[in-house]
Amino acid sequence: MDFAIILSVLDATIRLSTPLLLACLAGMYSERAGVFDIGLEGKMLAAAFAAGAVAAITGSAWLGLLAGMIVSLGTTLLQGVAAISLKGNQLIAGVAINMLAAGMTTFLGQTWFHQGGRTPALGAGGRFEPITLPFANELAGVPILGPIYADLISGHYVLVYIAFIMVAVTAYVLFRTRFGLRLRAVGENPKAVDTAGISVNKLRYQAIIITGLLCGLAGAYFSIAQGSGFGNNMTAGKGYIALAALIFAKWKPVPAMFTCLLFGFLDALQIRLQSAQLFGVEVPVQAIQALPYVLTVVLLAGFIGKAVGPKAGGIPYTKER
Amino acid sequence: MGENGAGKSTLMSILYGFYTADSGTIRVNGTQHAITDSRHALALGIGMVHQHFMLVDNFTVLENVVLGAEDSGLLKPSLDRARQELDRLEHEYDLEVDPDATIEDISVGQQQRVEILKALYRGAETLILDEPTGVLTPKEADDLFRVLRTLREQGKTVILITHKLREIMAITDSVSVMRQGEMVATLETAKTNPEEIAELMVGRRVLLRVEKGPANPGKTLLEVQDLVVTDDMGVARVKGVSFSVRSGEIIGIAGVSGNGQSELLESISGMRDQKAGVVILNGQPLSLEGDDGAARARAAGLAHVPEDRQRMGLVTTFAEWENAILGYQDSPEYGAGALLDIAAAKQAATHHIELFDVRPANINLKTSLFSGGNQQKIVLAREMERDPDVLVIGQPTRGVDIGAIEFIHKEIIKMRDEGKAILLVSVELDEIRSLADRILVMFDGVIVGEADPATATEGELGLMMAGINNKTAPRGLGIAEQGPLP
Repeated sequence: MDFAIILSVLDATIRLSTPLLLACLAGMYSERAGVFDIGLEGKMLAAAFAAGAVAAITGSAWLGLLAGMIVSLGTTLLQGVAAISLKGNQLIAGVAINMLAAGMTTFLGQTWFHQGGRTPALGAGGRFEPITLPFANELAGVPILGPIYADLISGHYVLVYIAFIMVAVTAYVLFRTRFGLRLRAVGENPKAVDTAGISVNKLRYQAIIITGLLCGLAGAYFSIAQGSGFGNNMTAGKGYIALAALIFAKWKPVPAMFTCLLFGFLDALQIRLQSAQLFGVEVPVQAIQALPYVLTVVLLAGFIGKAVGPKAGGIPYTKER
Repeated sequence: MGENGAGKSTLMSILYGFYTADSGTIRVNGTQHAITDSRHALALGIGMVHQHFMLVDNFTVLENVVLGAEDSGLLKPSLDRARQELDRLEHEYDLEVDPDATIEDISVGQQQRVEILKALYRGAETLILDEPTGVLTPKEADDLFRVLRTLREQGKTVILITHKLREIMAITDSVSVMRQGEMVATLETAKTNPEEIAELMVGRRVLLRVEKGPANPGKTLLEVQDLVVTDDMGVARVKGVSFSVRSGEIIGIAGVSGNGQSELLESISGMRDQKAGVVILNGQPLSLEGDDGAARARAAGLAHVPEDRQRMGLVTTFAEWENAILGYQDSPEYGAGALLDIAAAKQAATHHIELFDVRPANINLKTSLFSGGNQQKIVLAREMERDPDVLVIGQPTRGVDIGAIEFIHKEIIKMRDEGKAILLVSVELDEIRSLADRILVMFDGVIVGEADPATATEGELGLMMAGINNKTAPRGLGIAEQGPLP
């Protein structure tokens, strides 16, 4: 492979890992606070649809993004009421959100736009454009470093940069602030937080609000940045992969980034390898497309050792003994 | 002071704002307050050390102290100030703890210190301790009591919740007794005695001393040779233990919890595979391997009252009669083949309830609705009524009130006098000393010594429990050396 191909695979890696990373960080807030979130997929899907629909109608990517975040937040709060206030089973609440999102997006899409569940293709302005960083064009001629800066680092959608900045922000919030300390404590031993005079449920709601907003960003990325308009089930299980990445990264921000990049890289490789030949035989496209998913199972099953999540994860908090 | 379920912890939880009272008033320093949450209680200078520590296991000591009492949105200034303040408190009250140690890496005694420091850091003037010595070694308990005396000297108020009479006599200035949710008496400790307090607690005269005659040991019924047992992580917890139990004898295994006693019990009763060694019952080696080891042990005549009745002894969502045959459900008297003879099972349950005075006497009630003492009686009745040769009992009176303790102890002695071999494991040293005919002390997976309960002092046993086998234990101050039981 020559340098240009490597660069283009890495470039695709960054693009493909962005929604994973945003969803993974979203899940981190929720799960660190002791609320298991299997509903990342559903929230992203709902956000993708809302962003696509609003961007198509208004012609504004920013309004689309806002709509995506609002819908994702609403969905999260619905899940939160079930899982936190009403002390329902967190897994069931998440699964319900996933099913609701899958059904509602297709149904509303068909009712409103009559395109088989898809939203209309976006014109200029309805979709985020890649950002060219300062001096990218000027430096493109510099050997090695020039193309890396101009092709790999510059030229992405704004959401890509937000995602990577959020890694540092999340690490700072979780480990350097009062909010982070309490958030981590509530996921480990909510009773300790309660006896310290802090409301457990309020903290958990604060955590999932962040989860909702980040899922909104992730979802919008699918329909109004990477894609041009919403398509049926366009998140394609990425929410589950983000969840796997979260576990693989042991609920830590920087490892989460690298894990998401790894999954993104496999996805990029998969696209590049389609129609590749192995020992003179063409490898079926499906087999290659399945690679990232197979890797998810293999990594989770074999390579991480024992992943011990937040101890109070999955258990609604009740005062009664 | 009060029995389990008398309302001590509930009362204190109301004081601490964890629950709210339906009626009544609370006065702090003469002014009336309605304490609505823990934060409010803390602001009024009330701090609480809970029975189960309210610590985050994977946080450092410092982070735990700061949690909920941070100065600002950023952590660093709070942590820096807490470090200085902790240093001062540690010196003032002689409470040394490494502020950067992670909670899960320090001992239970140290964790308790962190809880005390947490309260002091928040400016507590009144410190409530809920059953603080339940998890401590005698040495650690001594240290705790020294700290409590220092706190008292520095002008703090200490409220100690306990059901151990000796602790009340050793450290308190006044004692209030609760029974069934009511405060029945408040006495000056110096002007009362353990018998009076026990009577107030139970509402009738209680025999504090277990009455038993001398043992008449016969032939060896249970023999354990070079037993090695590993835990779920593959770490050896029992490292080559050998002993034997004869008929008509109670062997007590003493030790601080977590020194391999649980694994020993689980292995002998067939719940956990052994790595090496043999268990011989009535001259026949017992095969305990595999998932049905426990069933084979039972069939061979080894009954087992597990340490944790709620987790291992009962299915708490099942009715009493179902629990009364648990483990014996395949035996012929409860039905043939796949069918259960429910009438026979219910009859057995009714019989057990009568014999052991289980209250309420309702075989259809879910076992989770019985009190701890009655749950334990259900398990004991089931195991003892099978007339086994060997009875293995773990923590027979953990979380059981004084009245039921008296009953359970009598039943155990009765079995001994019927010529059964009894292996008793308990972290309550008093219990071991009053029931056992021989005491074996376990430390770090091995038996470090054997003692005669009639002559061994608590100090000697305490040292053995800390891994030091030294017949001439030095005598110092503190409750561990206070000699015989009250």
